Amino acid sequence: MDLLENKGVQIDKQSLTWKDMAGKPISKLDDEAFTRVRILLMNALELDALRLSHMGMRMNNELRQSLAQIRRIEQHQATAVNWLLSADHSPLETTIAYEQVAVEVTAAVAQREPDPYLAQVYRFGLLEDFDHLYRYSALLDRLEGKDANNILQGHTDIAPGRPTVEGHRAPVDDLRLPHGRDATLLTKLHATLITAAEYQTHDYYMTIGPMFADPVARQLYAEIASIEEQHTTQYGSLLDPRQSFLELWLLHEATEVYGYYSCAQSESNPRIREMWERFCDYELGHLHHVCGLFRQYEKRDPAEVLARTLPAPLEFKSQRDFVRDVLAAEVDLRANGVDFVKLARESSLSREYRRRINADGSPSTRVATAYHWTSGTELNRSLKAA
Amino acid sequence: MDDGTEPGFNRTGAQSSPLSVHSMQLYADERVPEEVSAPDEMPDGKEMAAVRCDYAVEAERIGSVPMPGVLTSAFTAVVSKLGARKPEVLVDKLGERLAFERIGVRLYQALIDKAAALATQQRMPFSVDDLQRLRDDELAHMHVLASALDSLGADSTAQTPAAAVSAVAISGLMQVLTDPRTTLVHCLEAMLIAELADDASWELLISLTAEADQDQFLPQFRSARDNEKAHVRQIRGWLQTVVLGEAR
Repeated sequence: MDLLENKGVQIDKQSLTWKDMAGKPISKLDDEAFTRVRILLMNALELDALRLSHMGMRMNNELRQSLAQIRRIEQHQATAVNWLLSADHSPLETTIAYEQVAVEVTAAVAQREPDPYLAQVYRFGLLEDFDHLYRYSALLDRLEGKDANNILQGHTDIAPGRPTVEGHRAPVDDLRLPHGRDATLLTKLHATLITAAEYQTHDYYMTIGPMFADPVARQLYAEIASIEEQHTTQYGSLLDPRQSFLELWLLHEATEVYGYYSCAQSESNPRIREMWERFCDYELGHLHHVCGLFRQYEKRDPAEVLARTLPAPLEFKSQRDFVRDVLAAEVDLRANGVDFVKLARESSLSREYRRRINADGSPSTRVATAYHWTSGTELNRSLKAA
Repeated sequence: MDDGTEPGFNRTGAQSSPLSVHSMQLYADERVPEEVSAPDEMPDGKEMAAVRCDYAVEAERIGSVPMPGVLTSAFTAVVSKLGARKPEVLVDKLGERLAFERIGVRLYQALIDKAAALATQQRMPFSVDDLQRLRDDELAHMHVLASALDSLGADSTAQTPAAAVSAVAISGLMQVLTDPRTTLVHCLEAMLIAELADDASWELLISLTAEADQDQFLPQFRSARDNEKAHVRQIRGWLQTVVLGEAR
């Protein structure tokens, strides 16, 4: 797809009704797990667009009108996408789906990321989200009596990763080196996409955590939300802070085009694919509008920031073999400042931080004590043994 | 925690701020919307009904019943075992009962945890052993149902539509059982809802199984139903003992 030539739908022609936004949801039982993965990812990206837009409005008087106009339709797009989730997903089942996004999308990104340092960052975070999936699966089994694989559909393993109890680090050990000015478009798209996904995961846990009555669940959500904030810091720090706001905005719109384009390429549900295609055209309209602002205010050619063509679409498929290999090779990596180091060289600041925050015990350890995922829930194991 | 029902300063009612509520009511009465419900109508708004009707007519189903033939070649075997009838109805209800019994194990475990915490502070009408027996009954029922589904060639690890819906219905009960602030009475009332539904659902499943000519399952299913009836009697009796004891 030619990013600069394809103008998409003009902004003033973009609109959704309430019924468009609160449309028919997917089937938790019959739709593919990766349809749900795409929904969560694109919701995350739209909500991140709103976040960036609000920050931009506070700092740019001349852009306020354009920001408000585009933000309105993006909020409606976010609603239409997020409302695709059906109400029979319990909040904990949706949590499993969020962690599947974190594992499968980050693994896909890690393999295609051209910058080796950023690829390492993605592999590092991946192993922690993989562990979150295991801990939440234990909670789902032991609280709701459900098998997490009803959501994962056999695509994603359920086993310990880098233990969550060891993922708590001092803030300075969560910052990473930003990509350079000459980074490829793909590197910038990846960093924007994964930051958005982690942000939304954090916000979701912060919203639903207090809705649980069970103190085990409340503690676990508190603990993992804290790590999602660390991840947001980690991935957000990959974005080059020397970029202007308009450059960031341009890249965000390009990432949204890339996201919807990738979703449309792989979507199995025709009704949902129509939405991806429609919103891809909307995003091209936003991108085209921001390109005009970029030329007007920065006197620069958007082609300096964007490549003319989009990279190959993001893969939505099981990355099982890659994840297993990374787990085997890198589970003992730790952080020391912006560097990844062997276990023994982990920063003393992080060790001390962990000693304090885990002083009353570890929720993620308690919930999964002796947890051994078994198809049909761990209560099925005695049946299998019989 | 004190497990009893106590008087206190509950702020939710009109009597807690009579002057403010009187003023609020006068203000709301002055600003009545133009559209008002007729005196003989339920004040729930015809417009809401219209939206719900539209969505119900257009909605797609929760999902399908997973039949083995969709992915393998075993479907014909199930159909032949179940005669000419729609096998998915029985598989759906078996899956629902299985999910319900599995959640039941977790509900009883939460009640056991609560009872163990409260046992140091108050007299209980039951022992933890009594509760463990009920929990183990639910586990045994779950295994009976998993075996029945497996023997039909169906997938006992799948979530059927009826199972998904029953999980939605029961989710509030787990919230009651696991909330550290709920009393024994609250928890027994939640368990009574679960056990009453369980009892009625086993009756229905037995009728459906007989209708499907799957008589090989009936002895175990009837035994499970009899168990559930005993559970209802026990929970109801314990609840009565605790509530009446508290009121004296």
